[in-house]
Amino acid sequence: MAHPPPLEIHDLTVSYDRKPVLYGVDVVVETGSLVGVVGPNGAGKSTLIKTIMGIVQPNGGWVKIFGQPYRKAVTRVGYVPQRESVDWDFPVSVMDVVLMGRYGHAGFMRRVSKRDRRIASECLEKVNMQPFSDRQIGNLSGGQQQRVFLARALAQESDLYLMDEPFAGVDAATETAIVELLRDLKERGKTLIVVHHDLSSAREYFDKLMLLNMRLVAYGEMEETFTPDLLQKTYGGRLTILSDVAGQAAGRSEFEQEGTPKL
Amino acid sequence: MKVLRTIPVFVLLVFFAFPALVHAARIGDVTDTDWGEQTFRFLSLRDAAVRNAVLGSVFMGVGCGLFGGYVVARRLALFGDTLSHAVLPGVALGFLWSRSKDPVAIFIGATVAGLLGTFVVAWIRKTTRVKEDSALGLVLSGFYAVGICILTVIQQMEFGNQSGIDKFLFGQAAALSSEDVSLMGVVAIGALMMVTLFNKELLVTSFDEGFARSVGVPVEFIRYVLLVGLTFAVVTSLQAVGVVLVSALLITPAATAYLLTDRMGTLLLLSALFGVAGGLLGSYGSFLGNNLPTGPFMVLACTSFFAIAFFCGPKHGLVSKWLRRRNRVRQVSLENTMKAAYQVLEAGDFAKESVTVGALAARRRTSVTEARREADDLVNAGFASMLGSDDPGPRYSQDARLSLTPAGWERACQIVRNHRLWELYLTNEVRYAADHVHEDAEKIEHVLGEKVVRHLERILKDPQRDPHGSVIPSLEDIERGSGLSTNPASATGYFQQN
Repeated sequence: MAHPPPLEIHDLTVSYDRKPVLYGVDVVVETGSLVGVVGPNGAGKSTLIKTIMGIVQPNGGWVKIFGQPYRKAVTRVGYVPQRESVDWDFPVSVMDVVLMGRYGHAGFMRRVSKRDRRIASECLEKVNMQPFSDRQIGNLSGGQQQRVFLARALAQESDLYLMDEPFAGVDAATETAIVELLRDLKERGKTLIVVHHDLSSAREYFDKLMLLNMRLVAYGEMEETFTPDLLQKTYGGRLTILSDVAGQAAGRSEFEQEGTPKL
Repeated sequence: MKVLRTIPVFVLLVFFAFPALVHAARIGDVTDTDWGEQTFRFLSLRDAAVRNAVLGSVFMGVGCGLFGGYVVARRLALFGDTLSHAVLPGVALGFLWSRSKDPVAIFIGATVAGLLGTFVVAWIRKTTRVKEDSALGLVLSGFYAVGICILTVIQQMEFGNQSGIDKFLFGQAAALSSEDVSLMGVVAIGALMMVTLFNKELLVTSFDEGFARSVGVPVEFIRYVLLVGLTFAVVTSLQAVGVVLVSALLITPAATAYLLTDRMGTLLLLSALFGVAGGLLGSYGSFLGNNLPTGPFMVLACTSFFAIAFFCGPKHGLVSKWLRRRNRVRQVSLENTMKAAYQVLEAGDFAKESVTVGALAARRRTSVTEARREADDLVNAGFASMLGSDDPGPRYSQDARLSLTPAGWERACQIVRNHRLWELYLTNEVRYAADHVHEDAEKIEHVLGEKVVRHLERILKDPQRDPHGSVIPSLEDIERGSGLSTNPASATGYFQQN
């Protein structure tokens, strides 16, 4: 194969303390996809991301990034972890954090170069955080912190991006900025896999959906996957919001005719 | 302190009684009672033992300070404490094995015990439901108890008595051998090398381990380097600080630095500096006190640094915060008095240049005495002057007259302007009822900056009157000064000059 896919997952099974979290997941994501990963709490969305990155070890199956195991494709993958996963009182500046995105390129025990600094600075510019580059990261709003994480991922200059809930707890302005950024990356031929918690906006933000609930319920274009039937299968009627969204999905054509594409 | 002074006297008597002992005098055997001379003896580094103690303190401060920086930033304080207690059985066994205070044997024993302790913690956490903090507590007390038991056995043995093994509990810097010191030096150099070589790897694994793994940093290797280095730092410091308190040398200097800076590099530097200073002060204190245990002295010194940073640190210090708050309260009080003076002048259509303290008191709704005190504060701050100061009589009555200086008048105009602009903004833009806005404006008026004021003016299209119909003072009013107007009609209104 001349161009192996950015992400190929085969029969992936992951469990914590013998309790399965992901079971027999098979999926191939094509170049230039903007994929939203949705599913109820505890569906294994974050676990999927972490397993792809090699942070969590699977019990079975395998993951290939551009046809290679993760360790060989390190510089081709950018990562945005959940914002709550780090201690924001940690004594580092915004610039320090974004520079971490260059560590994979700098190599083990090497210092970051002037070029790395310039790239980091440009990435801060892209998320409008350049004026804050010297600030300690705890003195930022939630949205600003999320944008720092995005800038760090941009600094990785990767081809495949994995993002864990980048929209969680951010202000409306940041949300818009992130959507624009995702679109821009997609235009430039990058592949994006984004864990998302809000079904109603998922339809707007992404081109493809990965419906996950321990098993992969469905993966495909938005029109094929955002259906009442599949959503019902994913959420299993556990959430009250589901019936609303499913109803909206069913009556989608009416909504669009009325000129209200936003759910 | 009295007790401390009597000890040297006693030692001196012993020396005179047994002259032969003088030749065997070690650094700790204090030979004179003059503290100045003792200090000189310490600083001149004449004695080998003092040299060892000083050099050891420096190495230990650097080693423990650097590792401590990561311990504090990675939230491993409890882990450091456990590690330092877990080494005790190893120290005792190393001693038993070599039948003397052989540094190498003790070093090996302590390292093995420390690593075993951390392994047991990880094992308990992985295989049972017991959480990490409990596992740490368990290992800390268990290992320590075993160590104490073996130590007691050793002390009852024939070679155990003069062994100085008890020094490991509370530390004795003066008992450091040159071998001990060179081991400490190796650890300090190792710590420095680790920080320079693995700077970015340590930073990213400490901050965000998942991300570190994702960019290919060998997280396990870095953790292993840190763990082994930490164990070495603890083990080599045992002689000087003692098992019981060695964890303080990891935590306290780094925690002090953490109060003072927001950057990892600066934190490590400060932490090492505090470690060195604490170590030196501690061994000096112990030296003055006739070789009292060094550990408590060092920890006391480090803790004092922490207390100073805690209270007086420029950013997060309690005293600094309190001073800032007090300044703010004082400023607000001054500004309220100036505003009251403005309002009194305004009520008289700006016909007069000065206000009486009585009128001020009525406006502020306070007693004449209180108003008088506030007026004096204004005078002291240079915002006003008292009129008729030649006559002491009226100065102390409600008829004393107060006149705002140009600076006071300007600030008064600004405050009143801020207040009225904000009220207008709340009623016109935020749609508050006109009788709901005063309380809010009372607070906001003191903090509105010029930039926000310009913005408000633009939004409100350069208004002239507030929702209650009062004129908003303008730049022209500020320049005009109080009571200098020939036309006492009224203030001209904001931005009318345009």
